[in-house]
Order: sequence, then C-alpha cells, then structure tokens
Amino acid sequence: MADESETKITFRRGAPVKPEKIKGLFTGLALTLRTMLSKNQVVQYPHEKEVPVPRARGVIGLNEDNCTACMLCARECPDWCIYIEGHKEKRPPRREGGKPRTVQILNRFDIDYGLCMYCGICVEVCPFDALHWSPEYEYSELKVANLLHDKERLGHWETTKPAQPGYEKGSEMKGAKK
Amino acid sequence: MSPTPPVLAAQARASAHLADARMAIELETPEMTLNIGPQHPSTHGVFRIVAEVDGEKLLKADPVLGYMHRGYEKLAEVRTYPQITTLVNRIDWLSGYCNEIPFILGVERLMGIEAPPRAQYIRTILSELARISTFLVFLGSYGIELGALTPFFHTMRDREKVLDLIEGVTGGRFHPNFNRVGGVKDDLPAGFIDATRQVMNTVEDICKDVETLLFGNDIFQQRTTGVGLIPLEKGLAYGMSGANIRASGCAVDVRRDEPYLVYDDLEFDVVMDDRCDSYARAWCRLQETLQSVRIVRQCLDRLPAGKIMAKVPRIIQVPPGEVYTRAENPLGELGYHIISRGGRIPYRVKVRTPSFSNVSVLPWLLKDVWMADVITILGSLYFILGDVDR
Amino acid sequence: MEKDWLDHGITILVVILIFTVQMLITTFLVLFERKFVAWMQVRIGPNRAGPWGLFQTVADALKLMVKEIFVPRGADRTIYMLAPFLTVFPAFMAFAILPIGPSFEFVHGDKTHVVAIQGANLNVGILWLLAMSSVAVYGVMLAGWASGSKYSLLGSVRASAQVISYEAALSLSILPVLLWTGTLDLQEIVAAQSGWNWYAFGLLLIPFVSFFISGMAETNRLPFDLVEAESELVAGFHTEYGGARFMFFFLAEYINIMTISAVAVTLFLGGWNGPWVPVQADPAGWQVALGVLYFFLKTFVLLFLFIWIRATLPRMRYDQLMSFGWKILIPVNLVFLMVLAGLVVMQEVGAWPAGFFR
Repeated sequence: MADESETKITFRRGAPVKPEKIKGLFTGLALTLRTMLSKNQVVQYPHEKEVPVPRARGVIGLNEDNCTACMLCARECPDWCIYIEGHKEKRPPRREGGKPRTVQILNRFDIDYGLCMYCGICVEVCPFDALHWSPEYEYSELKVANLLHDKERLGHWETTKPAQPGYEKGSEMKGAKK
Repeated sequence: MSPTPPVLAAQARASAHLADARMAIELETPEMTLNIGPQHPSTHGVFRIVAEVDGEKLLKADPVLGYMHRGYEKLAEVRTYPQITTLVNRIDWLSGYCNEIPFILGVERLMGIEAPPRAQYIRTILSELARISTFLVFLGSYGIELGALTPFFHTMRDREKVLDLIEGVTGGRFHPNFNRVGGVKDDLPAGFIDATRQVMNTVEDICKDVETLLFGNDIFQQRTTGVGLIPLEKGLAYGMSGANIRASGCAVDVRRDEPYLVYDDLEFDVVMDDRCDSYARAWCRLQETLQSVRIVRQCLDRLPAGKIMAKVPRIIQVPPGEVYTRAENPLGELGYHIISRGGRIPYRVKVRTPSFSNVSVLPWLLKDVWMADVITILGSLYFILGDVDR
Repeated sequence: MEKDWLDHGITILVVILIFTVQMLITTFLVLFERKFVAWMQVRIGPNRAGPWGLFQTVADALKLMVKEIFVPRGADRTIYMLAPFLTVFPAFMAFAILPIGPSFEFVHGDKTHVVAIQGANLNVGILWLLAMSSVAVYGVMLAGWASGSKYSLLGSVRASAQVISYEAALSLSILPVLLWTGTLDLQEIVAAQSGWNWYAFGLLLIPFVSFFISGMAETNRLPFDLVEAESELVAGFHTEYGGARFMFFFLAEYINIMTISAVAVTLFLGGWNGPWVPVQADPAGWQVALGVLYFFLKTFVLLFLFIWIRATLPRMRYDQLMSFGWKILIPVNLVFLMVLAGLVVMQEVGAWPAGFFR
C-alpha cells in the first residue's frame, strides 16, 4: 500500500454535454454507411470454422494407459461428474522370484458433459498426466444421456490434443525459450 | 310552457350534481399494476419490477429479486478452496475473471502467501481485459435499451477479440478459473503481447465509434441527461459503488484507494463526474474502458520475467482466521468475507456483490418517471442478475 | 367520353398489376431492410433461403401462415381477429391513388383509350390518402385494446396518440404543395413538376423534410417506434399476435413505409418525371416503362433513407416525441404555410416575379 505522498491521485471530470443537435445525427449516419460499405468479418459457422486457440477448454481427452484409477480427478471435481471404476489384478513379478505386482485396471471412466463446468481441475490434479484438454467443441447431442462420454470416446478426444505454442518471453515455465 | 317551480328546479340541479359526482367516481382512473419481468427483453435476465403505472407515468416500483439465486455462498461451504474459484467465476458472468481476484487474494492473505510479480501482472492484465469486455457489453446493450441496435453489434464484434485474448491465456472465455492460490495456472502464451496491443487499438476505435453513434447523438443525450438522478448522499446511503457512484461525484475506486495487485505502480485516472444522471454513468464507463486500455498497455510494457507460482503446498489448507478482501469489479466493489476454521474447506464465504447494492436504490429512484425512462435507468445502473442474486 | 368494357377491363388489369407489384416490392423491401441493416451492423443478414436469401420473406410468410391461430384468454375475440385486417386494408387502399407512370393512349377500333398507371384517378387523391392513414389507426388501437394485455394496451395508446398528432404535421406539410399547384389531383401535381421542377429542390424543401419526419412517425419507424419499443413494451400492440395475423401487421407496416415514400416521391420528387419522359405528349412504350422505373428508383432511395436512419438512431421518449411534433414540426409548418400563402398572393398581384423559386 502506498503512502499518501506517493499516490498520484488523478481525476477526470466529465466534460459538459455538448448539445450537438443535428451534427451528431449526421456523423452517426456517416458511420453506419461506412460500416455498410466496409468488408464483413462474419464467419458463417457450419461452412467455415474458426480455429479455436490451442489452450481452449473444449473437451477432455483421456490417455487410458496413463490412468491408474486413483480417483483424484473424481474427488477434486467440483460437481462430481467423473465416474471411475477399477479393479486390482495380480501380475507376474518383474524379476524372477519377486513378489507378484498389483496393478489397477480401469473398467470405467465416464465424464458427464451435461454436468461438467469445464474448470479443468481434473486435468490439473492428475498426477500421471492422463487427462488433457482438447479444443474440439462439436459434440452436442439430442439426448442429454449421450453427453456421458465413456473411455473410448474420451480416448478419441485425446488424439485431437493440439501442440502448445510455447510461452511469452520472460517466462520461466518448463519448455519456455530462454 | 309553464315556468318550472323553484323547488323542482333546485331538485333537478341537485340530482344533476349528484349525477356529476357519480360520473366523477365512475371515471376515476385507478393505477394499473404492470409486471415488468421476470421475462422481459430489457431486464437482463430474470429481474422483476412490480410497477404502478398511470398511463405513461410510473408511480411506484417494487423490484423483486431472487429469480436467479443459485446459492453459491452455501455451495462454497462444501467445496475446497481451488474448487470455489470455479463457482465465483459464475457470480458475475460477464467478468468472470475479476470475480476470482478478491477471493484468491483473501485466501493468500490468510495463508500468508504472496504471488510473484509476474503472476500479479498477468492477473492485472486479465482483469482489465475482463473489465473492457464487460464495458463493451454495457456500451452496446445500453444502445439497445434506447432503441439503437447498431452499436451493440459493433461492440460485440470487438468484445469477441478481447474474449479471444482471455481464452488464449486461460482456455475459457467467460469462466477462466485461472487463478491459483499463490499465482496463476499458466504463463502467457507466445504472441500474446503483440495480439493484445493490436486489440487495444481496436478497443480505442470502437470507443470512438460508440461515442459517435451514441454519446454525440442528440436523441441519446435527450434521453439520458437528467434522467435517473442519484444525488451523492443517496448513492452513498444505498451503498452504491463503481461507476454508478463515481458518476454521482464521488471518486472512489478500490484500485486507487486500497491498491491490490500492481495497481500501485500504474498510472490511470479515476473517472468521475458530478452530473449524477444516466448520461454521466454511461460516460464514466466509456472513459473507464479507455483507462483500462491504458492500464493494459502499461502492464504489457512492464511485464517482469520470473515465476508465476509461489511455493504453495500441494493441498491447500487455510489456517483459521477471517479476512475481508475487496476489489474493483467492473460493476463496483466486490468483496469476499472468508471465514476459515482451518482445513481444506472454508467455514463461510460471504459475497458482497456490487449489483445488489446498486439495484437497491431502485425503489427510491423509480418514482414518477416515464415508462421509457425506467429502461434508461435500469440500463444505466448496469447490473448483472447473477451478481444481484448470487 | 363513354367508358366501354375495354376501359373497365384495363382498369381492373392495372389494379391487379399494381397490387401484385406492391406485394412483390413489399416482400423484397423486408429483405432489403434486413440486408441493409445487417450490413450496417457488421452482419450478413438472411442468406439461407435461395441465392442471397432472396426467398427469405416468402419462407417467413409461409411459416407464419401455417401457424396456429391463437387467441389469448381475456382477449375480445371478434375485435382481436378483425384488427389486423383493419390495419392492412387501408395500407393497400392508400397506395391505389398514386400515379406510378405516365398515362398513355392506344387506339382500338375507332376509339382512343387512355391508360393511367394508377389504381384510381381520384380528383381528391391526397385527401383519400390522409383518410386512409387515419383509418389505419383504428386497427392498431383495437388490436391493443382487444389483446387484453397491458403491454399491448400501452402500445396502442402510444400508437394512437402518436399517429393522431403526427397526422396533423403530415397534412400541414402536404398543404404547401397543394397551395403551390392549386390542385388535389396527383396526376396534375406530378405534371406540374415536369422538367426538373421537383419541389424538394426549391422552396418546398422544408415541407419535404417535415413530411419525411412525420412520415417516419406515422409509420412507427425507428426514432419514433415507441409503439413497438421492444425494450420497453415487448412488442407493443402486436405483443399477443402470432401467425398470419402478426404477418398482416408486419405487412401493413411495410406497405405503409412504401406508401409514405411513394407519396413523398409524388409530391416532392417529381413522381415519374425524369429525363426522356415527356409529360403532355403521347409517350412511347419505352418512355412509360422508363417513367415507372424512375418512380420506383426514387421510392427506393427514400426507402433506403428510412432503413439507414433506422440503423443509426436511438428511440425518442414519449413526451419528447409529442413535444417535437407539437412544438417544432407543426409551428414550423404553419409558419411556412403562411409565408407561402403570402408568396402565392404576391405572385398573383405581380409583386413577386412569377418564375422565382419556381
């Protein structure tokens, strides 16, 4: 918090209204005419599509191999729209004579996009890098029930994950250009 | 014809008088009760005003709130701190980013953490971008309320560019959920600074266009000057804030009075006006948009290198305590009263939203006004229903 | 000259032709308006139905016609059903008296037949116009009253007050033309403007502007569209209307706009006058066609002005509208009328050069 002496309090007071009478009307008319004659920037959706930014939170993709059914994402989700079921299986030990390994097998991984708030907490908390954002957005459905995406569908979204362009200068993030 | 006896004449006069009186009773015009809203084109959602109307005059208005109540304060009591930022995003849905700021600052203050300077600058840039996008909506929709449709499309076109910037950084257009306790989620993507500089020029242009289309227009001036006068004492008494109170001649701005983020180092004007009417409120918002452009440019120039996250534990546990933090939201002063009893979940989060206080002046303000002025006044107070009802 | 079956046949043919052309133009006017307004608002406008959205209005009309006829509870059923027709008929009728092109003659057998491209050549044409635009108010008033909705009622009260007060300004701005030409016959008014003698380019510019402004108010166009102010009254008097009946209101509004523009063209912009179109002599076929083209071209320019202003200006308030009409437009017109009357008298006694100011 700054001292009284440091604060440069500046004000801008309102100028009195200039009654422009007729002139204001004509400048407005000129502006609309200029707009009419200038080039249109509308993107007509089904025929042409805007490319969403790489960071856009469109849909969540699942990399099934990385997932260990640890349930962190399901627990951290603010509206609990992730449903995970898994079971444990014994696998032969890595080395001869070792103990048999226990692995988590993912049976079910569903995200209900009817509930999802697109906050991205699940992607962030995932310790094994199994969830990613993809900017795909065309998955509206006629039935709400179909918004429940199963792990095959989420696996498909994983393939649409774009490459990130890197960071602005001055960043100390991993992968930023020095 | 014989002359009428005087008694009979008197009787006739009396009965005629009575008939007149009866006529007067029958012709008495009671006020009509008119329900403006909850579904009405210009109440920005589901706001309802029960109005008593006498012809074109509105005699009394009774705002009814609560149609948009979603119980976010209660929801916050069963969410962890990182989850709450997704909720507060949705309180004022037009400037989702600005809503996160005071909450995160409050949690940081409770935990004794301070975000690194680069994160502070990123926060400032994004909240000013959100402010610009909100004010562009205001400038456009205020035109619609007064019947001029064109400025709306012009401002919406350029607001899209501002939202694209926010999306480019945070991944979300309205609900960024970008702040984390101790910093921000991610750094700025490559090319952001140049893109932002370009968009800021566009914003300046659109402000000029809106000035031509609306503020310089004679009809607009006639519609708004002297309409919805809020004297300073009344505005303060009702706890109004933001551009609404600054237009009544009180230069309060949390960014200046109680600087948070990096507003301390930046140069900008507190726009104020003492005309107290709808025109002044709209004018203040137009000027504040330009001031925000100025702030964003300064931030881009000074953006320091460095980390974007302070050292924070992986699981956010807030020590017991109480904090009230406030920030200058585009609509006014937004405050969070966070009470923690330790642990991952707050005990109570009270949200002081600017729109709720701003709307509370309506029953006083909407007395003996023209029907058309009701819309002018509602529009100039600029409230968001989600912000009123939470 | 006795009229025979051929004359009557020609009249019927012309009326049908005008009606068809009017419907067609109104259809495209709606499209033009949507397109132009869209372009001014950085949009594209309708472009799905047909090339450049040419059939958008047709599609809309078909959609509206097949919709359910719905009468809200609390509505006065008979009047509710009747009101749209009360609005749309006068709109059609008013257009009938406008001379669209020069009259021409043709000889059939031993008789010469005169064909006037005009629904009806009334010698009190302009009065008919004013009468019809007054009748049209009833439709709006009754629609608002019969709907049984408060918003409709407020809209119709606004409409009637507005239309009645601007009727006065409208008539007062027509009067100078009548005074100057000395006739109520629209054919003669057009003929008097031959040879670039268009009234709007001379002393009568003031009534032209005032006519245009009050025309905008009369047709409830944007700076004066309090009647259907969507941000205040939802949709004004036709809030409760849907389907075909809403379409009639919509149609009437656009026909009215076209009529006002066409009347302005006839009275102030020389009607079908233009280069290579003679007034007195028997015109050739192509000259008649050219005259009709001129007429519609000029109308189109005025229509564009209507649309342009709509896309730019905000709406006025009720009291401002009234005070603008009664305190500015009407006094200005009255003063101008007196000045003009003085000029006419001075010309007649020779105190003012006859050709001066035309």
